[in-house]
Amino acid sequence: MPLIRNGRLADDPWTALADDAELPPTGAVIVSLARFRTEREVLFNRGAPLGIRLKSSELASEIGADAPRLDLIAIDFPVFRDGRGYSTARLLRERWGFAGELRAVGNVLRDQLLFMDRCGFDAFEVESPDAVAAWEKALAEFSVFYQPATDARVPARLQRLQRRAAS
Amino acid sequence: MYRYDEFDQTFVAQRVAQFRDQVARRLVGELTEDEFRPLRLMNGLYLQLHAYMLRVAVPYGTLSSRQMRKLAHIARRYDKGYGHFTTRQNIQYNWPALKDVPDILMELAEVEMHALQTSGNCIRNVTADQYSGAAADEIEDPRICAEVIRQWSSLHPEFSFLPRKFKVAVTGAPHDRAAVAVHDIGIRIVRGDDGEVGYAVLAGGGQGRTPMIGKTVRAFLPKPYLLSYLEAILRVYNEFGRRDNMFKARIKILVHEVGIDEFRRRVEEEWEHIRGTAVEVPEEEVRRIASYFAPPTFARLPAVSEGFERQQRTDAQFALWARASLHPHKQPGYAIVNISLKPIGGVPGDATAEQMDIIADLAERYAFDEVRVTHEQNLTLPHVRQDDLYALWQELDAAGLATANINTVTDIIACPGLDYCNLANARAIPIAQKISERFGDIEQAHDIGELKIKISGCINACGHHHVGHIGILGVDKKGVEFYQLTLGGDATETAALGELVGPAFGYDDVVDAVEKLVRIYLGLRQENERFLDTYRRVGLQPFKEKLYAAH
Repeated sequence: MPLIRNGRLADDPWTALADDAELPPTGAVIVSLARFRTEREVLFNRGAPLGIRLKSSELASEIGADAPRLDLIAIDFPVFRDGRGYSTARLLRERWGFAGELRAVGNVLRDQLLFMDRCGFDAFEVESPDAVAAWEKALAEFSVFYQPATDARVPARLQRLQRRAAS
Repeated sequence: MYRYDEFDQTFVAQRVAQFRDQVARRLVGELTEDEFRPLRLMNGLYLQLHAYMLRVAVPYGTLSSRQMRKLAHIARRYDKGYGHFTTRQNIQYNWPALKDVPDILMELAEVEMHALQTSGNCIRNVTADQYSGAAADEIEDPRICAEVIRQWSSLHPEFSFLPRKFKVAVTGAPHDRAAVAVHDIGIRIVRGDDGEVGYAVLAGGGQGRTPMIGKTVRAFLPKPYLLSYLEAILRVYNEFGRRDNMFKARIKILVHEVGIDEFRRRVEEEWEHIRGTAVEVPEEEVRRIASYFAPPTFARLPAVSEGFERQQRTDAQFALWARASLHPHKQPGYAIVNISLKPIGGVPGDATAEQMDIIADLAERYAFDEVRVTHEQNLTLPHVRQDDLYALWQELDAAGLATANINTVTDIIACPGLDYCNLANARAIPIAQKISERFGDIEQAHDIGELKIKISGCINACGHHHVGHIGILGVDKKGVEFYQLTLGGDATETAALGELVGPAFGYDDVVDAVEKLVRIYLGLRQENERFLDTYRRVGLQPFKEKLYAAH
């Protein structure tokens, strides 16, 4: 499935590790939260990039203070209607200091990309043959935003104040 | 009223362009109906029994004459010449063609309107007291708060895929005309102990198959923290609301299952993290929004118009209408005028394009250019000089808009029911029409007094039957329509859910049963008691016994 990172098609150097698969000696791996919990020390001391894949029912607080030590967090959208991942993403970024790659996986559709981008996702597995075109279109559809989120877009209310101050 | 600036205008224009692209993809088959569904639902477009239905947002129920004329134009050009005002202060068109919907949205954008978030599992159009800015008992105009929420919630990136739909209502007066206790979040503008104005925040109210009265999460929230507090509630709901069963996904179930104390604890804990951060709306932006809701320039008039007094004495029909339709205005010499969309035997909430145009004209001439939609499916002219009431009434009457039945037995709320809706189990509109005809004598209706009948065609309760003084719920029993009756519901500040009175009645018997309930009330009532007062005094039993007694 095409992976978009920071707006471009990207290679995926990560290996998604099943819970019963042997931990390879080297290379970047993504593990489940359950496996992370049981092998936390081993995983952190491996000397290779570490990622966790969260189910939609798993909360940001379950990673909590470990977030800054991770290189990637993938959040699953089992179906696009399940919107828990938006809160999870914002909390990981805004409360738990996660600065690595935040990847949306699962039922990720083009019409959700802007919302995800605004909540702090910077990588997307998109079910679309022309993923980059869809991405670019989705992000260009709006230039006005009414509320602050994780992104740096300036909400309309602040633009209004800035404009008034400048005039 | 609020006016769009270039940011608002750009936003809705971009939304129309986005939807036009989505419709084009659907029409060429690039999107399946399954994929298109969530997209159209975010623009208020439903697929009903016979056709698409477009629900247009009327934020907090406020319309200008220009907007009302546009609604008339859309009814005429793209629909069958009428529209249907809803219990959420919106308007629905029942027969638009899919290919026309982007054009309709473009026309709406021209008058600063949209269909955003009138459906889907997002924060829906925010509703408010229809007497905002006019009622004598108001602490503050709730539309300021509602507009702040409208903007904050528009395409909210975190809360557009909630477990279920999410409805917010605001009242600025102690007397609750916005039914805030049966909303996912209800906001009451209140005065704190030291006189400071703030918000009482309720959560977990709702109707549907599991009706609940909202519970107080916070008795007093200082105004600057409105948005952080809402964001905290929404985040707790998004994280913990049930997603395993669509019928248990509303916030009321979460509040009920974890209990209000635990729910409050989670909300307050979340709030501690975000209160006072960038989510709060700046004071200057609140002032900008508030300036749009500044009162119109009222004339200085005596409290009572002598002409109006005289006209009531000399014209009994006018006096009857005035008694039913007017509400005290905060400004001396003015009145709030309700326009009934419940003509005897008519479809509750329907208005023709011609009527909409006439009301737009009247609002322009008599009411500072404003019309309100009420959650009881009527319209309101909020600011009319008492001196003008007689002339206004004559023009309304000529247009079939002067039925003197506001708050009476024929002022019925009804959902579209089986005539339009694919969720319905039974017809609702024809029952409303038959009851209306049964009590068609207006003077008799006035004698019966305030009586709120609310009819839903299925347990989703769009017709608010749970909070009807008499509630009627259509159910399906082996392919046959039956109607359950509930008594004692109330949507105001003394909110209560109706109690089931007994076995259901068939389609042909339910109107007789309603009439019987009214007669039982008339036999039991003491002086000046409304139906609800009598019910509260005597309880269900006397009604039940007499209703089911053999002749």
